[in-house]
Amino acid sequence: MSNNASSVVGPSGRTGPPAVNLARKSRPAESAIRVVLTSSAFVSVAVTVGIIAALIRPVLDFFGEVPFGDFFSTEGQFAVLPLVAGTLMVTVIALLVSVPLGLGAAMYLSEYASRRARKFLKPTVELLAGIPSVVYGFFALTFVTPTVLQDLLGVQVNFTNALSAGLVLGVMVIPTIASLSEDALSAVPHSLRQGSLAMGANRMQTTLRVVFPAALSGIAAAIVLGMSRAIGETMIVALAAGAQKNLSVDPREGMQTMTGFIAQTAGGENPVGSTSYNTLFAVGMLLFVITLLVNVVSIALVRRFRQVY
Amino acid sequence: MPANAAYANSRTPAGHVPDPLVDAHDGESRGLPDMPPDPVMEAFGLNVYYGDFHAVHDVNLSFGRHEITALIGPSGCGKSTVLRCLNRMNDLVTGARVEGEVTYHGQNMYARNVDPIAVRTHIGMVFQKPNPFPKSIYDNIAYGPKVTGMKVENMDDLVEGALRGAALWDEVKDKLKQSAYGLSGGQQQRLCIARTIATKPDVILMDEPCSALDPIATARVEDLMHELRSDYTIIIVTHNMQQAARVSDRTAFFTARADETTGNRTGLLVEFDRTSQMFSAPRDKRTEDYISGRFG
Ligand SMILES: Nc1ncnc2c1ncn2[C@@H]1O[C@H](COP(=O)(O)OP(=O)(O)OP(=O)(O)O)[C@@H](O)[C@H]1O
Ligand SMILES: [Mg+2]
Repeated sequence: MSNNASSVVGPSGRTGPPAVNLARKSRPAESAIRVVLTSSAFVSVAVTVGIIAALIRPVLDFFGEVPFGDFFSTEGQFAVLPLVAGTLMVTVIALLVSVPLGLGAAMYLSEYASRRARKFLKPTVELLAGIPSVVYGFFALTFVTPTVLQDLLGVQVNFTNALSAGLVLGVMVIPTIASLSEDALSAVPHSLRQGSLAMGANRMQTTLRVVFPAALSGIAAAIVLGMSRAIGETMIVALAAGAQKNLSVDPREGMQTMTGFIAQTAGGENPVGSTSYNTLFAVGMLLFVITLLVNVVSIALVRRFRQVY
Repeated sequence: MPANAAYANSRTPAGHVPDPLVDAHDGESRGLPDMPPDPVMEAFGLNVYYGDFHAVHDVNLSFGRHEITALIGPSGCGKSTVLRCLNRMNDLVTGARVEGEVTYHGQNMYARNVDPIAVRTHIGMVFQKPNPFPKSIYDNIAYGPKVTGMKVENMDDLVEGALRGAALWDEVKDKLKQSAYGLSGGQQQRLCIARTIATKPDVILMDEPCSALDPIATARVEDLMHELRSDYTIIIVTHNMQQAARVSDRTAFFTARADETTGNRTGLLVEFDRTSQMFSAPRDKRTEDYISGRFG
């Protein structure tokens, strides 16, 4: 018994079996789950790295043949600035629609709606996010442009135009902004609202001056996500914004966006490896960089103005 | 004292189960012992329900001007509920229903034409857990005057005055623009008091304002209450009997009684008297048991 491997020699030299078993046990399920979770985390990183790697070759090829100045130019076959301007125009219109409506919906749901109304309305709002964007694009082309803009509002717009695409894009982004902002507002502790109301503030003051600032970082994240979706959205702009590069400030005209250009070029008859085909990778890279910048800048801004509670 | 009769009658002989709906003083015998001479607020027949649950039964109370009134009693007896009725904070609780009257300078604040927001500008509230806004110290104080549309000649002076009034000025005068969250818990609670007095209320309600504080911070807040008493009427809920004895002029003792059929515990007022009287010679057996720690 005293030679048993599991026996313990105590400080006093006393030998015997241990009173409690503290020996290491192997837990195969635990290790397996760990491996699975770790690899799934790495997959997303690997995909991102892979995408960038895949972009780099054709981008380098492209800039081997086309000088930088021809790419970042307002005119010419490879000019990208009209596309950037188109994206900017459509995104700004979309944000003008989605930020006020999305935040308004979020404030209503979080601060004003009764529990029953919220239970019904929030899923309804989120349902909007599930509509395929091609449906939105079709809706912009066949309803918003001819019926809403031309007939009802009497705006002289082209068949494809940035205004209609931007408006519908804005509607598409509303649920993203509304739902995430509502989460941010609801997460603000109740005690802050009570403190404000107990001082004689009304509900609107409490919402705008206490709850809203306290939720600002979450709201900013919601807007940035909405903006990224607007910048990256392809189907709506491909259908409704037009397929012509057009450096204009008039939203009634059609103008191609970066994503619209990529969709057109990839689906077109440009031979793989040709310079015009490689343009799409250069534009894609630029789109990637712009989205990244938008995210980085807004994260920095949010850090700066964030109120912790 | 003739009013003693009410208490003599309510004393229940041992073994006799008291009728849960008849209490120390019903509406008739509201002649409480030594009532405050100059009441700012009074509650008459106050009953509070949360849905079907009868939380507080028939409370009659009177709060004297420039006095500190303490509400004490075991947990769940409805102290916070009563306190929230006094500035209509119960309006914000879904399912809460208030019956009876609460008068403020003779006006029933539950009358149909009364604006709860206006009520709250006169009757401020300090909560159990410090709840400063996620803003700078300065903005925390300036918030109330701004939202209530107070005419302020010099906001800096008002902020300084409020912070001095809450005995916090010397500790924060060099960091007014910093976040209130950088303060200690006790400082945050005094900031909340400063924030409340910045709007120049008439009455300040405090719900266990020291329960999250250490003894030193507690002592500071208690000192502060003594100073504030000359300008404000204060009503404080506390679990700390010594604190009630130290700071208050009058004390109201509540307890909860279980309904025989449903088992719901309904809170009611047992005794209301001068603090010195209540702590030296309580008139009700239940008060005596609670004060001497023989409760439950
Ligand atoms: N919002 C609410 N909804 C439903 N019931 C409530 C609500 N607030 C309080 N109650 C109930 O009302 C009764 C009185 O509660 P209250 O918070 O007033 O007690 P209290 O005396 O302040 O207790 P404590 O000393 O623990 O703070 C309790 O039974 C409680 O469960
Ligand atoms: Mg309480």
